[in-house]
Amino acid sequence: MTYTLDSSLDSVNKVEQTAEQMARKAGVDEDEIFRISMAVREAAVNAVLHGNAYDPDKRMTASFENTGSSLVIRITDQGKGLDPATLPDPLAPENLLRGSGRGIFLIRSFMDEVHFKQLHPGTELTLIKHLGTAPTGA
Amino acid sequence: MSMKISTRQVDGITILDLGGRITLGEGSVQLRDSVRDLLAKGQKKILLNLGDVNYIDSSGIGELVSAYTTVRNQGGELKLLNLTRKVHDLLQITKLYTVFDVKDDEASAIASYAHA
Repeated sequence: MTYTLDSSLDSVNKVEQTAEQMARKAGVDEDEIFRISMAVREAAVNAVLHGNAYDPDKRMTASFENTGSSLVIRITDQGKGLDPATLPDPLAPENLLRGSGRGIFLIRSFMDEVHFKQLHPGTELTLIKHLGTAPTGA
Repeated sequence: MSMKISTRQVDGITILDLGGRITLGEGSVQLRDSVRDLLAKGQKKILLNLGDVNYIDSSGIGELVSAYTTVRNQGGELKLLNLTRKVHDLLQITKLYTVFDVKDDEASAIASYAHA
């Protein structure tokens, strides 16, 4: 299932809700549903806000796949690209009181795998959550 | 999908009762404006009651931090009350739990402010 969406907060909410439904259907528990949907929301916010900068001519795509062993969510934008190595550590004492910069950290905290790919232009974020031994709704 | 916010006064402390979601473009702006309005009116002892906040994203977390530093920089005190487990966990993960003064009882929270 793949969506192509405009760069808006409505799109962010739609992606978040789709992730929540996907996780629920896969049979993961409520805490994991929260973590997955929040990580996906943060990825969508990054795409729309930091990637596409709300540009009405740029699109975000969001794809959702349950492979049976994992939930795989890919979010792409058409922005100038993101190098995760350049992101400041939000847990460093000098950054703790910053008003932003925690999105990627939370994504990494909540998912099992996070992969960045440069698209020239744009960024693709792949978020993976491994399912337990008895997933349902594959 | 939005945040509800109401204000009340107890013993010179302004309590903001927040409910719903504090997220980018929704509750974050409301929270920022509310704190700014209180500071403009000289109300610098602020208690954020998050008991009915069921969701907060990184933008909302950032807004809590910004509110905290803004109030503190103006000589005030901003404390948090009644964290839900999700918000508590998020503040733990982001190492902010020890930055904020977090209370779980309103009466003791009110009593904890420095009274002139």
